[in-house]
Amino acid sequence: MDSVLSWIGGGFVVAGVALSLLGAIGVLRFPDFYTRIHAASITDTGGASLVLLGLCLIAGLTLTTLKLVFVWVFVMLTTPVAANALANAAFSSGHKPRIGTFQIVRTDERRKTPRGPDAP
Amino acid sequence: MTALPSSFDVTLALDIVLLVMLLVVAGAVARTRSLLAAIIMFSVYSLISAVWLVVMDAPDVAFTEAVVGAGVSTIILLGAILLTRGEAERPDWRRLIAPALACIAVGGLLVFAAIGLPGLGDAASPANAYVGRAYLEATPKDIGMPNVVTAVLSSYRSFDTLGETTVIFAAGVGVALMLGFGPRASLAPPSAVIGDHHVVPRVAAKLLIPLVALFAFYVQFHGDLGAGGGFQAGVIMAAAIILHALVFGLRETMAAIPPRVARSLASLGVLLYAGIGVICMMNGGGFLDYDYLFPPSVEQQIPGWLLGDSEHAHHWGQHFGIMLIELGVLLTVSATMVTIFYGFGGRTVEAARQEAKQ
Amino acid sequence: MLLAAGAAGLLAAMAMVIVRAIIGPSHYDRILAVNSFGTKTVLLLSLVGFLFGRPAFLDIAIVYALINFVTTIALMKFFRYRSLAQPLGLSAGEEARDG
Repeated sequence: MDSVLSWIGGGFVVAGVALSLLGAIGVLRFPDFYTRIHAASITDTGGASLVLLGLCLIAGLTLTTLKLVFVWVFVMLTTPVAANALANAAFSSGHKPRIGTFQIVRTDERRKTPRGPDAP
Repeated sequence: MTALPSSFDVTLALDIVLLVMLLVVAGAVARTRSLLAAIIMFSVYSLISAVWLVVMDAPDVAFTEAVVGAGVSTIILLGAILLTRGEAERPDWRRLIAPALACIAVGGLLVFAAIGLPGLGDAASPANAYVGRAYLEATPKDIGMPNVVTAVLSSYRSFDTLGETTVIFAAGVGVALMLGFGPRASLAPPSAVIGDHHVVPRVAAKLLIPLVALFAFYVQFHGDLGAGGGFQAGVIMAAAIILHALVFGLRETMAAIPPRVARSLASLGVLLYAGIGVICMMNGGGFLDYDYLFPPSVEQQIPGWLLGDSEHAHHWGQHFGIMLIELGVLLTVSATMVTIFYGFGGRTVEAARQEAKQ
Repeated sequence: MLLAAGAAGLLAAMAMVIVRAIIGPSHYDRILAVNSFGTKTVLLLSLVGFLFGRPAFLDIAIVYALINFVTTIALMKFFRYRSLAQPLGLSAGEEARDG
């Protein structure tokens, strides 16, 4: 039973690492910042979840599992937030996406237009 | 888990890959002219070297490298380049010859010396055979503490650690003397940059700051059992406070922890540490000899259930002594880091104000 | 065996992210690379802890997960606002609700 669980866990770990690897390829190869951050943040959270789940299966029900859950919670709290803050800062400082033919309107220009009463 | 081909091969492979990465990153740091890029690469350098230290089975050192190298020192370096230019000049190559020769000579000597070093984990090496073995054998008997690193650091060599704590305090005093304790005029209410709305980081920081502080206490009190201790916990606590300042603004943080309180706590920590040593002397022991922390009449009053093992009554002085001096280290380190951050943060505010005037 | 393969894959991913951190045309790319590198470091530390049978290494992984966030926010703030003292802004309506 233990051995089966640890093999399944190993499978999860390898799957998560494969996801991280794909994300890293994306970070390296994609054409502009926004596509890169897209590749990095999604695969980081997904890969971390899979790897930590796999390690949880290997560890069984011990204190180690609790610590792995903590690592997971912290990774899930921090990585997407950091990616969001980074993309927000890049976009509002005028860092424009490279691809696409349409013109992206900057947020502070959009603010000047009056809002409807039901706008947030 | 499944059997590995050989544990040594894995370590060796990890060593090689991590060291190559270190070399590449160090080369990139040396090559880049943008100071911000250099700081970012230094952060990566710290991360890699901390992983390498873990692979070398030195978790206490890796802990310190993680929190200091990758965390707080990056932020303080950012504060430093805010006060200077963001670009380094490319120096004339003729001025590089002498430093390059010196570096090559010193590096060659170090490599030459490293050939003579004993292998990693060699049981017959001097470090493992005499002093190290003596500590390993004596620690359970003398102190009764699982983590020998903490025992050596805060009991056997507590005088050294007092010196290190004082050095950190002195560094804080030095930075404060140069940069001030924070902005001298009161900070104006923040003006939001139009178009930026960082709701997500603010909410996440509200969730994270208590968790980081809680984890700092875990590291502090878990130092007896595993990796960690006052230094690491102090830096993590400072990171929590710095995160607050980064997200909610220096004004809010200075309202919560005034600079006056920060610098008082920094000196209180050193005072607590040295005071424990004086108490031990007053009770008839040497300086920082925790066995004499409690007079015998007091030690007999301590109930047996308090630490769980009634057989090792004589360890209570050691336990309480280490706990108290670690508390002193925590106070000094975290308050000094916060003071240094206030110094840099306040000076950047003043620099921005002067720029606005001109 | 699977764990060793996982560690090798993570190292390869870290190497690729380092390349992005070195060449990255804008500083935002570099900050992104550092953040991604930090997450991969957390995973590698957890894996190494299991590989060597030392789950106590997980404490260091937790510290990384937390410190990495502080570093990323600091770098982002520095590059966007040129200040360590300014709060992350809110627009007027959000300020009232954030209270």
